[in-house]
Amino acid sequence: MNVFTMSQGRMNARVNLDFSQIVPSIPFILQGVIVTLKIVVFAVLLGFALGVVLALMKIGRIKVLAWFADAYTSVFRGTPLVLQLVLIYFGIPQLTGFEIDAFPAAVIAFGLNSAAYVSEIIRAGILAVDKGQREAALALGIPYKLMMRDIILPQALKNILPALMNEFITLTKESAVVTVIGAMDVMRRAYIVGGQVYRYIEPLLIAGLIYYVLVMLLTLLGKALEGRLRKSD
Amino acid sequence: MIKVEDLHKSFGKLEVLKGITTTIKQGEVVAIIGPSGSGKSTFLRCLNLLEEPTKGRIWIGNEEITDKKTNIMEVRQHVGMVFQHFHLFPHMTVLENVTYAPIKVKGMAKAEAEAKGIELLKKVGLEQKADEYPSRLSGGQKQRVAIARALAMSPDVMLFDEPTSALDPEMVKEVLEVMKSLAHTGMTMAIVTHEMGFAREVADRVLFLDGGQLIEDAPPQQFFASPKSKRAQEFLEKML
Ligand SMILES: Nc1ncnc2c1ncn2[C@@H]1O[C@H](COP(=O)(O)OP(=O)(O)OP(=O)(O)O)[C@@H](O)[C@H]1O
Ligand SMILES: [Mg+2]
Repeated sequence: MNVFTMSQGRMNARVNLDFSQIVPSIPFILQGVIVTLKIVVFAVLLGFALGVVLALMKIGRIKVLAWFADAYTSVFRGTPLVLQLVLIYFGIPQLTGFEIDAFPAAVIAFGLNSAAYVSEIIRAGILAVDKGQREAALALGIPYKLMMRDIILPQALKNILPALMNEFITLTKESAVVTVIGAMDVMRRAYIVGGQVYRYIEPLLIAGLIYYVLVMLLTLLGKALEGRLRKSD
Repeated sequence: MIKVEDLHKSFGKLEVLKGITTTIKQGEVVAIIGPSGSGKSTFLRCLNLLEEPTKGRIWIGNEEITDKKTNIMEVRQHVGMVFQHFHLFPHMTVLENVTYAPIKVKGMAKAEAEAKGIELLKKVGLEQKADEYPSRLSGGQKQRVAIARALAMSPDVMLFDEPTSALDPEMVKEVLEVMKSLAHTGMTMAIVTHEMGFAREVADRVLFLDGGQLIEDAPPQQFFASPKSKRAQEFLEKML
């Protein structure tokens, strides 16, 4: 704001921001985008697929499955994500004897966690589709599977797309906690650079900017997708 | 063609249909009328098992559809239904609405289904709307597409649940015209309606339902001129 532009010189001096030392490390931090994106993309795919299955279990007629899906959701929403992540990273080797890399551990943790939220969104979306759609499909003799795949889910997805995008944006930002298990994502690289030059604010601000741009890109992507789905309105 | 024997339907403690017995012959057009809540929709929905009867038996053709061994999905392919609120699939074009079930359920070739779909859309006067989405159509046009969609499965029977009740008055006629021409092709039809003029003109028989019971079953001339029961008399007085 005004204060900032008026006294920029003085503030520079006092806050002592200096990006010049960091510039050579920016490509190093940027490489983390690949890691972050890879984790997010795979986690989103896993979370979405599992979320659809859980949602179908919740609205289905088989009580045990509905109960399981509800319990699943409750546990994954009721405990911290970072705990789930660490539990999977350190727990799997302890239980199975096989080491697990940070990357698959992150994908599994975020995917499983995201599925809980996504299943709730999809469940609500399915229930919000006009009951008449189901009846019209039944009256035509369309089997349940086809009805869900071609009639109910497409309409549900259209309505919940903003909520889903929101979930995936949250996931992108939250993915920064993979730092705790040592995955070389944007966040971790910013730390490393900070440690090397003994300046943390600059690399972290750069990391923040990168996350922000990623989120904005995702938002635009969501808008474009929504526009395409709205062609039938 | 359709035979109903002692049909009962309850929702929890509420008994909505209290033993209905009737027969609808092949090619017959039957109007089902009665006050709100009398069970007209429930009766119709039992005929394609959208509601499961609590008791009683129903035959469509030679097949007893209330038999546990009957494949419900298969039965529904032979029984078309048209709803008050159309229920077109909003994310599909008009032609896709009409061809989806023939292609995906019956396994008809796409080209064949589309040719037939266009043919049906011509019949309801909407072939020029084939590539539009339903949201671009008027209510009357939507209902005509819904009729074409049901006909695309080549049903033996068509059920209509108040097909014109959700329409603006100026659109009622176009839908009734389509139904009338369908009746002339010899389609077996059961129509729940409040359009007394239409029932009188097109129906072969009128079923009057009240309180979940079939109170009168008569040709329209007879029913409208001299209803036997007091309840039908009162109902007609209110309607006309
Ligand atoms: N799924 C349901 N669950 C509980 N009660 C129902 C259900 N469907 C219908 N009913 C009740 O059954 C009765 C008959 O309903 P139905 O819809 O068959 O009447 P209708 O003759 O079609 O009336 P309308 O002219 O208003 O359409 C009503 O009291 C209604 O509230
Ligand atoms: Mg009704």
